[in-house]
Amino acid sequence: MSAALQVGVAGIGAWLQGAPDWPSLRGVLRGEHGLAEDAPARPAANVLPAAERRRAPDGVRLAAEVAAQACAMAGSDPATLPCVFASTHGEVAITDYVCATLAQAPLELSPTKFHNSVLNAPAGYWTIAAGCGAASNAVTAYHHSFAAGLLEAATLACAEATPVLFASCDVASAGPLAEMTRTTLAFGTALVLAPEPADGARLALGLRAGNTAPATTATLALHGVAGDNPANAHALALLAILANAQPLRLALPLSTGLSLDMEITP
Amino acid sequence: MPARIEPLAITACSATSALGRGLAAHLEALRDGRGGLRANDFSSTPLDCLIGRVAGVEDTPLPAPLAHWDCRNNRLAWLGLQQDGLRDAIARVVTRHGASRVALIMGTSTASIGSTEDAYRRLDHGRFPEDLRRPEIHTPHSLTAFLADATGIGGPALTISTACSSSAKVFASAERLLRMGLADAALVGGVDTLCDSVLFGFHSLELVSRQVCRPFDTHRDGISIGEAAAFALLERADSAPEAPRLIGHGESSDAHHMSTPHPEGRGALAALDDALARAGIDAGQVDYINLHGTATLKNDEVEAKLLPRFPARTRASSTKSFTGHTLGAAGALEAAIALLAIEHGVVPPNLGCSVPMPETANWLALQPEMQRIDIALSNSFGFGGNNACLVFARAGVGA
Repeated sequence: MSAALQVGVAGIGAWLQGAPDWPSLRGVLRGEHGLAEDAPARPAANVLPAAERRRAPDGVRLAAEVAAQACAMAGSDPATLPCVFASTHGEVAITDYVCATLAQAPLELSPTKFHNSVLNAPAGYWTIAAGCGAASNAVTAYHHSFAAGLLEAATLACAEATPVLFASCDVASAGPLAEMTRTTLAFGTALVLAPEPADGARLALGLRAGNTAPATTATLALHGVAGDNPANAHALALLAILANAQPLRLALPLSTGLSLDMEITP
Repeated sequence: MPARIEPLAITACSATSALGRGLAAHLEALRDGRGGLRANDFSSTPLDCLIGRVAGVEDTPLPAPLAHWDCRNNRLAWLGLQQDGLRDAIARVVTRHGASRVALIMGTSTASIGSTEDAYRRLDHGRFPEDLRRPEIHTPHSLTAFLADATGIGGPALTISTACSSSAKVFASAERLLRMGLADAALVGGVDTLCDSVLFGFHSLELVSRQVCRPFDTHRDGISIGEAAAFALLERADSAPEAPRLIGHGESSDAHHMSTPHPEGRGALAALDDALARAGIDAGQVDYINLHGTATLKNDEVEAKLLPRFPARTRASSTKSFTGHTLGAAGALEAAIALLAIEHGVVPPNLGCSVPMPETANWLALQPEMQRIDIALSNSFGFGGNNACLVFARAGVGA
């Protein structure tokens, strides 16, 4: 592979129950400690104004939380950063509500729930909260959502020579749909990708024939996050390398016959 | 301001909507000023409105090897693929460049959620009925994954779902992939089908008209919802000297409200300025604008504020009353219409409008107009304040 894209990782955000930010998740990935017990079940998402935070569905809170963390670590002004939000399933609890309501009383559908059901709800709430007028995107690629979203964000960073915020988030499944979407734990991560690598980690990305999932690198404590959502597992595989500060190569499946090949220099 | 981009060739294009199957049916309807909306005969519970329904989707089953993808949205995608020589054109680029060098980027707002709705109507002891226990159709990526399987395209595959700007943004993402050398060609497009979610969802927001929608009419009172499958094949310009061009794209966010646009059109204007800068042209060079023109009070009020950027000779129209608002497919469908305008020298009329908003009168084409069009713009604005603007040109024209 010849690396087509070179980006720096200027900021990292992460949230799951018991590891509510990157330093705590990094500790778990290094095997220094486990997940915190009795931790809050929902992210704080303080970046959202109080009124919005009350209205916002879980996926929006999760995305806003990790996005704000990554921007803070990068020292980036969120108002100017183009952003790409990836998700495998979107706001499953809202989809469950919409489909259940439509089956019983379609004329009673809630307008707020309807506009919260779009896959770009996190991008919408985030750009409103951050005052961001730059391009925002909402993308998905089923089990390849993390790698495909990362490719979209890194391509944007390099093509337009601008830092880009990338977030990948999935919330827990709900209702009868859960048997299809099979995600039991909420997990989100965000990266601020810089077109000119500075002090932090660097990623060299390219495309490679073949589609092989990475060996599971998640620790036992994270098995629940990685086990049933491949996009989460792929995100954790990259975060584990960044946490352990060892240069490594990682290939993540991108489509049926293609992988995103990464040389990671933490 | 962004730098100019290298134009890309559009070597194939196709549209299927309430106006019919393929570009010829669209051209004829647009030239004749004949819309395709009909009384709503789709929703699971009666809803008094008109819809842009594609005839015969139900009678188009998928071939046996693709049967596990079966759902109404993928049937419409399959129907769309059969038009305008698209499958031959795809086979040609796959052979020429190799499957993994062709990207597939599709826009959709609801993908196959119609099947998820169906499963909830037919729950079997709290579980999906057996025929719908197929996880791959209960995901927003269903459309793109199906198309990868159906076409043999093996490059990067991505679904963009930013509501009504989805399938305009696919052109921008594809252009960047080609610019950065990650692909040599890209199939882009949008497919969205009618479903209860959007009919009752927009109804709950009080945005659905009971009549044919009336874009830019003083008395407009909401949208008519439609469905469509539209595609374009993008390649580097040197591979097709005569083919029409994608010369610019712009994307922005309103940072204002989830379901109403910024009152001064701040985001829409930013997307327009970006698109013109990437195209290396100024507003005075634009011959035709396919407006987003949904016929909601707010959208049209805000979009009308963009028109004074253009000279009076620039013609503008919304084609939503021909096809209905096809949501996640609207960007690609209206890109196809903008390309038809260039190829055939026709300004589609802004059907459905009898009393135009006074501030649009200089630009709005109320009747079909035949004139040369070298540069055409297409606007797409979505929920969450998500904006995209595309610029197309005749080969050899523009920057």
